Amino acid sequence: MQVNEQTGFVPTIVAFCCNWCSYAGADLSGTNRLSYPANIKIIRVPCSCRVNPIFFLRAFQRGADGVILCGCHPGDCHYTTGNYYTRRRMTLLFSMLDFLGIERNRTRVEWVSAAEGQKFAETMRSFAEEIAALGPNRRLADLRCREDAEEGRDEHAV
Amino acid sequence: MRYNEIAAAMIARAKELLSDGTVNRVIGWKRGEFCYDVTPAVFETAEELEKDFVYDAFCGANVSKYLIRESEKPGKILCFLKPCDTFSFNQLLTEHRIRRENVHVIGIPCEGMADMRRIRKAGIDGVTGIREEDGGFTVETLYGEERISVYDALAERCLSCKSKRHVVYDELIGEEGEDHPDAPRFEQVAKLEEMTAEERFAFWRGELSRCIRCNACRNVCPACICENCVFDNPDSGISQKAAADTFEENMYHIIRAFHVAGRCTDCGECSRVCPENIPLHLLNRKFIKDIDELYGVYRAGEKADARNPLVDFTEADAEARVVHERGKA
Amino acid sequence: MQKIGVFVCHCGTNIAATVDVKAVAEALGREPSVVVSQDYTYMCSESGQNLIKDSIRDYGLTGVVICSCSPRMHEATFRRAAAQAGLNPYMVEIANIREQCSWIHKDKAEATEKAIILGRAAIAKVQHNTPLIAGESSVTKRALVIGGGIAGIQTALDIAEAGFPVDIVEQKPTIGGKMAQLDKTFPTLDCSACILTPKMVDCAQNENIKIYSYSEVESVSGFVGNFTVKIRRKARYVDEVKCTGCGLCTEKCPVKKVPNEFNLGMDNRRAIYIPFAQAVPKIAVIDPDWCNMLKNGKCGVCSKVCTAGAIDYKQKDTVIEEHYGAIVAATGFEISDVSRYDEYAYSQSKDVITSLEFERLTNAAGPTGGTLLRPSDGKHPHTIVFIQCVGSRCTPDKGKPYCSGICCMYTAKHAMLTREKYPDTEVYVFYIDVRTPGKNFDEFYRRAVEEFGVHYIKGAVGKVSPRADGTLDVQASDLIMNEQLHISADLVVLAAAIEPSKTARSLATMLTASMDTNDFFTEAHPKLRPVESPTAGIFLSGVCQGPKDIPSTVSQASACAAKVVGLLIKNKLTGNPCVAHSDELMCNGCSNCANVCPYGAITYSDKEFRMPDRTTKTRRVAWVNPAVCQGCGACTVACPSGAMDLSGFSNSQIMAEVDAICK
Repeated sequence: MQVNEQTGFVPTIVAFCCNWCSYAGADLSGTNRLSYPANIKIIRVPCSCRVNPIFFLRAFQRGADGVILCGCHPGDCHYTTGNYYTRRRMTLLFSMLDFLGIERNRTRVEWVSAAEGQKFAETMRSFAEEIAALGPNRRLADLRCREDAEEGRDEHAV
Repeated sequence: MRYNEIAAAMIARAKELLSDGTVNRVIGWKRGEFCYDVTPAVFETAEELEKDFVYDAFCGANVSKYLIRESEKPGKILCFLKPCDTFSFNQLLTEHRIRRENVHVIGIPCEGMADMRRIRKAGIDGVTGIREEDGGFTVETLYGEERISVYDALAERCLSCKSKRHVVYDELIGEEGEDHPDAPRFEQVAKLEEMTAEERFAFWRGELSRCIRCNACRNVCPACICENCVFDNPDSGISQKAAADTFEENMYHIIRAFHVAGRCTDCGECSRVCPENIPLHLLNRKFIKDIDELYGVYRAGEKADARNPLVDFTEADAEARVVHERGKA
Repeated sequence: MQKIGVFVCHCGTNIAATVDVKAVAEALGREPSVVVSQDYTYMCSESGQNLIKDSIRDYGLTGVVICSCSPRMHEATFRRAAAQAGLNPYMVEIANIREQCSWIHKDKAEATEKAIILGRAAIAKVQHNTPLIAGESSVTKRALVIGGGIAGIQTALDIAEAGFPVDIVEQKPTIGGKMAQLDKTFPTLDCSACILTPKMVDCAQNENIKIYSYSEVESVSGFVGNFTVKIRRKARYVDEVKCTGCGLCTEKCPVKKVPNEFNLGMDNRRAIYIPFAQAVPKIAVIDPDWCNMLKNGKCGVCSKVCTAGAIDYKQKDTVIEEHYGAIVAATGFEISDVSRYDEYAYSQSKDVITSLEFERLTNAAGPTGGTLLRPSDGKHPHTIVFIQCVGSRCTPDKGKPYCSGICCMYTAKHAMLTREKYPDTEVYVFYIDVRTPGKNFDEFYRRAVEEFGVHYIKGAVGKVSPRADGTLDVQASDLIMNEQLHISADLVVLAAAIEPSKTARSLATMLTASMDTNDFFTEAHPKLRPVESPTAGIFLSGVCQGPKDIPSTVSQASACAAKVVGLLIKNKLTGNPCVAHSDELMCNGCSNCANVCPYGAITYSDKEFRMPDRTTKTRRVAWVNPAVCQGCGACTVACPSGAMDLSGFSNSQIMAEVDAICK
């Protein structure tokens, strides 16, 4: 479990993984017993292009502190072109979140192949570390969904 | 051409087309209670045109979106489109939303539209009319006439006008204008990009927290054309009637901007109609700026057969981390 | 309200050692809608599956969640078990608590907590699952092969042999393709015509094969098993039924100076012609660009001499429509334009030729009757230089990035045959590498060097300059000896890069089949599905998929036929039910979904809708063909209105998982 040593904060992280590459890569890191923090929970999707920006927002709304999307490397998509659309959509989504002042490191896209168990575990470890360091997501959370809501309200009351 | 001359020419031509049976309706603008609350309206007779039809510096409303429904009706409708409106019209054609064969398009010149908020800001009240004169505007008020410069009177979107050239029309009134591809549309966006994330967050909280979820921005937007909006659809998982939490204020505007990304023609109607004066067009312009910088300059609506950059790609596109690597965190 | 059963697998100790499976089963048993929650040592074993089946029956379960290994491992197993117990197999969801939990965590409390959350997410998802039924579609038992070279011929013959009708569409007046132009074939040196023409005749005589020569595919619609293809049959101005192929017209035609494309323009043919003696079908064709009768109505000689009365100057193109279950692309290749490599002087000297031109010069049916003579003066060349990799293995701005794959071997063949027939001729080959990875290929190449004394020089040719005396100065470097060479050659032969047929790109668009940047068709998987296109029902044969020689082409062509037969033999195709579908009431008709669909599965049509006020309204709406959709979901995100959703991975299912994880 990734914990922020100073604050004791335990982040919640959602990872969307495409079925053909990244989910298989995650399985491979399991087969090879390569550990990554238990805060990360994986949701399987057929292709990274299935991931609607709404899913990212939903995760943040419901209390996620970081969301990562993994897909096949560009050019290797099982559906030929899916991840190319993903790349544009996510670039623009992340850019908009950044524009609104949401911490930019809360979102990430990584390409992980079915053979890259090692890379999957490393990516997850580094992402979890980053989110733990960032602290709880307050700027894009539905404070009604967070247990520590009152604290959050004070911080950004306008 | 002055607005009163253009308006006279428009009414004359509309009457001709009505009487020779080319069209059976005309969509244009009609004065409301005050001279500045002009609204789009459909006219069916010469008498109605004579009585109510206006075209002046308060006719900012973009009538393109109305043509979705109007072009479904029997008979042909005449519409008057300002240059920037033609981009919206073309984008709607791209998405098969307007039946082109049922619309007769007359491109009309536009000298820029006045913004009542700015006129009031300049200290002018009780406005009863406006006319352009000597390179500026003369505003008629209950208290006499006042002078105001073009710079102080025009809407922000008109000061950074993207084009005075019509991208689609059947006929034109007046001379064709010029394209302004280099109009300074992104200055404010760039300014925000220069800020820190903290400052940007504070800025947008200040703006978006005023949102009352009246849906005016969505309803006026010529790119928001869904038969059933996701915010009204209980099955979408994101439906909401009111923004009960700061998150919902953010989400509504993020999703709205995302839905129109690559399709927004930057007509600026969202900001014009916002009762809370939230600069919503900045969200759209942010996407336009990003698309231009990352995927090459793309102007939605410029060509009717163009492909929206979000349903297109190149193998060499930038990775999403480009967002994390630029500007201030 | 669903009745959900939860089954937690120990996987021996694989899961149970780090996850407290009893605690997981107990915690998940308290989740809403869960009516039974059990754990077992091996859920995938027969008794484990029986436990699931019995519970489905006993508790009347409407949904099943299995906490076990990865769904990539046993999803199919558990779905089958559910189906056997009468539950729709798509009401089963798997929580991956082995690969993605027990195997990566050491702390038992932590792993148990995570397993419970993963289980909750699966339960949340299954609440939104709906029973899915795989669609069925019929199969038209006829195949279309586009291209009548050796690849298309072999594929067609094999399909026909298996008992299915097959049509070949060939744009030239005869089938045979590039192989018909070759002299001998490596590594056995049998005469190309001797092994090809019997196959061509077989095609013509096989009652399952119909050849549409001088024809082009004009449009393709439909999907796997159910394609409709329009074929344009270009006007030959000769009645195919009446023409006997006697060839009298081709002797009497007064227009004699038409460059003969079969001999690459090295001799002439008439305006009415039969491409070569063994052409199939052996029917004359009038070249409308040269025929005086067609151009200005003055001539008519062929019509006068034709005793069969086959000449028809008024013939027009016709378009026929045919239905197919499978389509094979076998569009082959062309020789790339070498005139852009000016350093080799191809456009300056007639004695700089391509290897295919060399084939014609050594072929008994070629312009010189098989005697190797220089094109410029008809004299016997005494020194010949072969230059390898002309336009292959280049940077993209200079030529093709790929290896053309066949040049090393045919050049060894050319060199060997030249030395055999004309021992007084010196033969030089300039190469980057010699690539001979085929059965008996390296032996063949070594014979050229060792037995036939061909001079192989590793190095690049910098420049070929025509001299006043008619010889060619070949300036080159020998990389092994590290020296500059000047060779006075009589003939220079360029091993030009091969490139996909120019027609392939437009065909790929019609077929919605994908292509790489070099315009080779992309295979569904480079290793495991090499003869299928990602688009279902489209198959690939020969060089259109990538450079290959005749042995590989024929192997691939037969492999392709096997795949086609495997499709045609089915009476019904069962689809994957996890496909996209559009809600017509919400669809805007904007086409964004169709723009991102890699399979062309989405079509639009105008549909009438009853409005609440009892009027009707016609709207343009999307329809996803479930037989074509592969379920990637790209369209669901491109759709602004949310009309498009994906069965099995619906918006509500994914959001339910998100909620369960973030709670």
